[in-house]
Amino acid sequence: MRLPLLALLARGPAHGYELKQDLEQLLGSAYPQPNVGQVYVTLGRLEKQGLIEGEDVEQSSRPNKKVYHLTDSGREALRAWFEEPEDEPRVRDEFFMKLALAPQTGLAEQIALINKQRRQYLNTMRHLSKLAAAEDRDNRIAQLLIEGAMLHLQADLDWLERCQEELEELE
Amino acid sequence: MSDRPTPVLRAEGLVKTHYGEGAPAHAVRGVDLCVRQGEFVAVTGPSGAGKSTLLHLLGGLQRPDAGSIWLDGDCTDAYGEARWAVERRKRIGIVFQFFNLVSNLSVADNVELPALLAGVPPKQARAEREALLAELGLAGKERSMPGELSGGEQQRVALARALVNHPPLLLADEPAGSLDSKGTREVMRLLSRFHQRGQSIVLVTHDARLASSADRVISFFDGRIADDAELDGMPTRGTGISGVLELRD
Repeated sequence: MRLPLLALLARGPAHGYELKQDLEQLLGSAYPQPNVGQVYVTLGRLEKQGLIEGEDVEQSSRPNKKVYHLTDSGREALRAWFEEPEDEPRVRDEFFMKLALAPQTGLAEQIALINKQRRQYLNTMRHLSKLAAAEDRDNRIAQLLIEGAMLHLQADLDWLERCQEELEELE
Repeated sequence: MSDRPTPVLRAEGLVKTHYGEGAPAHAVRGVDLCVRQGEFVAVTGPSGAGKSTLLHLLGGLQRPDAGSIWLDGDCTDAYGEARWAVERRKRIGIVFQFFNLVSNLSVADNVELPALLAGVPPKQARAEREALLAELGLAGKERSMPGELSGGEQQRVALARALVNHPPLLLADEPAGSLDSKGTREVMRLLSRFHQRGQSIVLVTHDARLASSADRVISFFDGRIADDAELDGMPTRGTGISGVLELRD
């Protein structure tokens, strides 16, 4: 969550709770709600690293709140973030290992493993399509997040299908 | 007799082999299937697995080499071509990948035709058509010809045509197969909406996203049912959706 918080602060100073709300609004209901404690902890860490600076602002009848702003090195870190492409998503290593090793153990069948894994993916896919239907249709960022997750799962399911085709022929 | 409601569709021991050039293709190799009233079942699998053949058997578009099909408890073994044609107007609606609209009829006529053929009075056919087209967001397109519409719009017309006689069962063969991702979402949304109102649906698709709008997904491989899973959309274990969506710290 470090860099998303930095990115939100690039717009201007804000306090922790504001940042949590901004993130929620941007990413929509499908996104696991960031925990406010986690936001404060991350902000504390970013401040220690000199990427942001906090300033206490007095509030009448309430405890002071801390308003953070981005430092120059924070802005630099953000530039570097945008500069670098991200790693590729990984093949599900653990499932692949199960599939590869099952026949030697005599403890599990490959086709049964594939079926079980497919049920899991399909269930998550169904959950995602329900979320997509429930999410505000005009929140493009939120819709794209869900669509991205669905396309990843689709690819995983296509791959399971390939595994099944190949391995059933051997049976 | 049990007091369970009669399934809208039941099939037992279905077999279909295509004999063409080269080796015979065993498209469907012994399939038992039961679809309950109001159920939404998706059949997925790789292309060539025989899932479209299965759907054609269920809709009487092809006849099985062995096995039987019951519609609402009625055995169809003795049905000829003409009887199946009647069933496809009254008890079964079908949508196809390439829409199969009559290209020289207007949108309105495409939708009304099956109603008129089923003996529905013209006035009522027109009312049904108007209601469906409005529901499907096609009001104002009545006079268009199918060729003037986008793929997504043509599929919605095909859906209206399939549903105009309120068939208990809707069969859909890759209904989003020739649509872009927006059109796919649209079809997904509409199928879900009709399902929520109680429409029984059997959907054949290779698209897992589309399949996930169903309550039950049958995985079809090499002419056989490899798995038959009820989906509740609530992953029971593992990180499920949050693992798919979550930002890393």
